Amino acid sequence: MLFTSYRFIAFLLVLFFVYYLIPKHFQWKLLLVASYLFYAFAGPKYLIYILATTLSTYCASLRIDRIQSVQAGYLKENKGKLDRKERKAYKAQMKKKQRQWMIPCMVFNFGILAVLKYADFTIGNLNGLLRVFHVAELPLPGFLLPLGISFYTFQTMGYLIDVYRGKYPCERNIGKLALFISFFPQLIQGPISRFDDLKETMFSEHPLDLRNVSFGLERILWGYFKKLVVADKLLVAVNAIVKNPGQYEGAYVLAGMFFYAITLYADFTGGIDVAIGVGQVLGIRIQENFIRPYFSRSIAEYWRRWHISLGAWFREYLFYPISVSRPVLDSSRRCKKRGQGWLSRRLPIYVSSVIVWFVTGIWHGAAWNFIVWGLLNCLVILISEECKPLYEKFHKRFSVKDTFWYRLFEVARTFWLMSFLRTLDCYRDVGTTFRMVGTIFTEWNIGELFRGGLMQLGLSVADYGVLAVAVLLLLAVSLTGRTGSVREKLAARPVAFRYAACFAMFTAILIFGAYGAGYDASQFIYSQF
Amino acid sequence: MDTIMEILKDLHPDVDFEACDTLVDDHILDSFDIVSIVADINDEFDVSIPVEEIIPENFNSAKALNALVERLMEEE
Repeated sequence: MLFTSYRFIAFLLVLFFVYYLIPKHFQWKLLLVASYLFYAFAGPKYLIYILATTLSTYCASLRIDRIQSVQAGYLKENKGKLDRKERKAYKAQMKKKQRQWMIPCMVFNFGILAVLKYADFTIGNLNGLLRVFHVAELPLPGFLLPLGISFYTFQTMGYLIDVYRGKYPCERNIGKLALFISFFPQLIQGPISRFDDLKETMFSEHPLDLRNVSFGLERILWGYFKKLVVADKLLVAVNAIVKNPGQYEGAYVLAGMFFYAITLYADFTGGIDVAIGVGQVLGIRIQENFIRPYFSRSIAEYWRRWHISLGAWFREYLFYPISVSRPVLDSSRRCKKRGQGWLSRRLPIYVSSVIVWFVTGIWHGAAWNFIVWGLLNCLVILISEECKPLYEKFHKRFSVKDTFWYRLFEVARTFWLMSFLRTLDCYRDVGTTFRMVGTIFTEWNIGELFRGGLMQLGLSVADYGVLAVAVLLLLAVSLTGRTGSVREKLAARPVAFRYAACFAMFTAILIFGAYGAGYDASQFIYSQF
Repeated sequence: MDTIMEILKDLHPDVDFEACDTLVDDHILDSFDIVSIVADINDEFDVSIPVEEIIPENFNSAKALNALVERLMEEE
């Protein structure tokens, strides 16, 4: 069931009325039924995967929690009787017991994801090798990917690791854990929530709060505006360019890069707006996933502001565990002893960054273009890190750092760098991407673009006009959001103004939204990841 | 505390670590800095900071970092 379908809107309406009519202690149970119903619409057979993840994680987390309780009890009982060495040995032994539950559970769940998502890619590459040696190729299994599997697997494994780390006790009610894993607004494209964040509002009782409902509806409306008026409309032009690489080169590639940056932003943040808005209508607080990412002054800052929940997941569960692991720190220490101080300091960071960005790339898709995209992001971040002393020297000499024009330069540089890296996502083929980007410097056809070229991309003058106004509106809302919640500011205006704004937004979606022949409002880009 | 101050000053000489208590929240320390700090503390104090202790509350100030090291030394 797609967020942009009439079926979803009907589903939401029915859920809304039932949710606020039934006794409050049934609310979370209703959400569980609704989430599984939502999931079943994608294909009832896929329920088996989410059920397997839920059951395996439930059992493993219960066992880990039990071992932690035994440990706490034993240490309390023997307080003062054990010396430091004995206490340390006991703790290490109990940690090992916990790992005996955590690791198989992680292998099982990441294994499901790996087989379903990466089998074709792995076998395809293997077949490439077999062809070289003239050996018969292996058939591709062609598994269909269950809805949201990348998102719910990461979210669930984050929960398991948190329980193992003793961050919070495990959830003993399997229904509540099942809802945390399957909560429908965030199932398709995140955010990847944390249990301690969601549980505060997910399982509590919610009386009808009109302010919350109206704020939620405004957020949903804004999400649909971004998705239907901006993303789906502009995607037509993007597709025209990237699906015909022989025909559209040079300035068209540049335009495609720019258009895709806007499309992806409107599509992904629009989807998250709908998810957060639906949560708010139901009284559930879902974390923000973006903080005006296109105002970032560096790639590292950009990744702290774009898809925040995924970045936080990789940082907490992959980057730190690798970079401060014993083998990595021991290697770093050995370098230091050998007098390789330069390498010693960088080794933990370089090793963990390369692994994290490789996994980030492949998380986005089982293809080389995504891997190259991830590693290029890593390269840019590490080069920026190495250039820090140079920047510092520059800023000591020229005091431009906090001037408007320098900040604008940094924002524009980051935007174009990110847009360039994303062309790997557009063309989905590494060779074609670099060839097409190369034509930007060899094909000087910018004039052609403005002498009717833009009109060949499936959009009319009126469409470009609507898009220009819509993008300016996105920009204005982003700028307004820097000093506080836009909806709070809207709520402070007279009621007539607020309703007029919502009505104008609704009308704009109806009139200017991308519907009908030539448009594909079927998918959110991130739902494919 | 002096050793911790030295480690921090080595990374960011211009920051007033005695006064600042939002080192992570204000992005003064990024994840690369935190990894360097953990490695240096391992070397200087012969104590390993477990990954579950790498949270903003423990790295937001020199004082918090010092408290973490003292606690870990006591536990070990």
